[in-house]
Amino acid sequence: MTEPLLRVKELVKYFPVRGGLFRRELDRIHAVDRVSFEIGAGETLGLVGESGCGKSTTGRCILRLIEPTAGDVWFMGTNVTQLERGALRSLCRDMQIIFQDPFASLNPRMTVGSIISEALTIHGLAKTRRQFEDRVVQLLETVGLEADHMRRYPHEFSGGQRQRIGIARALAVEPKLIVCDEPVSALDVSIQAQVINLLEDLQQQFGLTYLFIAHDLSVVEHVSTRVAVMYMGRIVEIALARDLYTSPLHPYTEALLSAVPIPDPKVKRRRVALQGDVPNPLKPPGGCRFHTRCPIRKMPLCSQETPRLRETSGGHWVACHLRG
Amino acid sequence: MSEPLLEIRGLRTQFATDDGMVRAVDGVDLAVHAGETVGVVGESGCGKTVTALSVLKLIAMPPGRIVDGQILWRGRDLVPLQSERMDQIRSKEIGIVFQEPMTSLNPVYTVGEQIAETIRRHEGLGRRAALSKTVDMLRLVQIPNPERRVHDYPHQFSGGMRQRVMIAMALSCGPKLLIADEPTTALDVTIQAQILELLQDMKARFGMAVMLITHAMGVVAETAQRVVVMYAGRVIEEASVEQLFSQPRHPYTLGLIRSIPRIDTAAVRKTRLEAIGGVVPSLVDPPPGCRFAPRCRFATAICRQAIPPLREIEPGHKVACVL
Repeated sequence: MTEPLLRVKELVKYFPVRGGLFRRELDRIHAVDRVSFEIGAGETLGLVGESGCGKSTTGRCILRLIEPTAGDVWFMGTNVTQLERGALRSLCRDMQIIFQDPFASLNPRMTVGSIISEALTIHGLAKTRRQFEDRVVQLLETVGLEADHMRRYPHEFSGGQRQRIGIARALAVEPKLIVCDEPVSALDVSIQAQVINLLEDLQQQFGLTYLFIAHDLSVVEHVSTRVAVMYMGRIVEIALARDLYTSPLHPYTEALLSAVPIPDPKVKRRRVALQGDVPNPLKPPGGCRFHTRCPIRKMPLCSQETPRLRETSGGHWVACHLRG
Repeated sequence: MSEPLLEIRGLRTQFATDDGMVRAVDGVDLAVHAGETVGVVGESGCGKTVTALSVLKLIAMPPGRIVDGQILWRGRDLVPLQSERMDQIRSKEIGIVFQEPMTSLNPVYTVGEQIAETIRRHEGLGRRAALSKTVDMLRLVQIPNPERRVHDYPHQFSGGMRQRVMIAMALSCGPKLLIADEPTTALDVTIQAQILELLQDMKARFGMAVMLITHAMGVVAETAQRVVVMYAGRVIEEASVEQLFSQPRHPYTLGLIRSIPRIDTAAVRKTRLEAIGGVVPSLVDPPPGCRFAPRCRFATAICRQAIPPLREIEPGHKVACVL
């Protein structure tokens, strides 16, 4: 296999919990705990997990929107975590992000045209006014909007249209990798399908690579080449989408998949019920973090030893003592 | 069929805004029979929540107003009812669970105080008796250590646990109908499964009817017996859950079903999602005729002239489409 476009190695992010008189660090939340994965050029890696599992933090650490605590992020042969501010900026041309909330991620006081062309200015990608306009119009049309939308403000658009604006902004600098952080979660299903189709078309057209972060397992399955499942800051399973969905190995993946309601009343499934909630992230359980809710745990092994990700068959990795 | 528990006839609820009158609910007919689960589906702004709030008369008036229609609760119209009488119906006869459990619980009272208040008010129990019933209710919705948790504040509960508290509160006076408005939308998928299961258990135990409002077709498919699909303030299709998913007749329903990726079949066969083009129309100035016509692939000139009525095409299957 050739060098992947992105290689994340042992990525760690702790958030300090401060309090008391001098805002001492009282504790740490292990948001991302030694996460490693690779993404090949042109593929889509889906990153799924429930709220608070660290999937968004992982995405943001890759772009250094959040500074990682430890670990390496290699992007096209450069270690992103070692870069100076200036060098990081030029790398941002190749890495972009689309956010979940299309209402919060667009500056309400800027016109759509200036939102999209801001990156062109920063990276010196257009010289004359004419060039700017042409490029903005071209981008708007690429994402299915119209040229005269450039003079309007974000509040004049619906959620789906705003997400298109966010996508146009990301495309402006012709990136190679786009981190899509819950790009369709805030949208209605009929609009969601429009945006998913758009993202797929753009991937074909521009040879884009996606890190697709979402909690909706059906959406992730639909768009991804490979899928990684996170639980409490760790990747518990990673495999080709088809393998993961048809023969999940980790008991957490199994439970997640069986919990997804299927829009067909004829399909009756066996549900792997999980007891209780996700534990307090300040006091993560020792050993396998899933052992407190796991239906197949074997004590004391699971509560004492942290299972490592092991490859079971071609490209299917799982972190479980009992499976694989 | 027996007399329905709840029958909504020609309901119109409007809101006065700066942009004009928003016709949030514009002529909805809907019935819920004793003991059944009716799923009400549709996208944001289709009027499903406003319909539910109108039933309980929880619409802020002004700016909202029920301008027309009847809401028959066991044969009696709730629309002209005085607020004191309405208070009794709420929670004692009709319970409601909202989407966001954090904003629907009062943060400065313990959950026990909030549930006990409902019980004391509607059942006339004393403090001690109400508290012990509260503990029983919390146990019933499977909250661990209910004797201790009853003294906790809402922020001390997780999202799923808070939703259990809401369900306990809604059920505390044994309602005949539970309106669940997007009860699992804010929850993670494994917690969603737990809550849906709990709702099914509670429904069986109390023998109540459930009106489940949701945007998720999957949730409807797994829990409802009958489904009502809403679009732009109107009901466009109504059928048993089997009929609706196997033979959807309205182009919008078909579009909704086809636009969602499915994990059970998609892994085998990748197909492109069928998106519904365009956006939901404005409810201030809705298009004449069928409201879905501007986005409909099959629309003809007739569709744009008059609103198609909801008509029964086979027993139990109604659709509002001329085609």
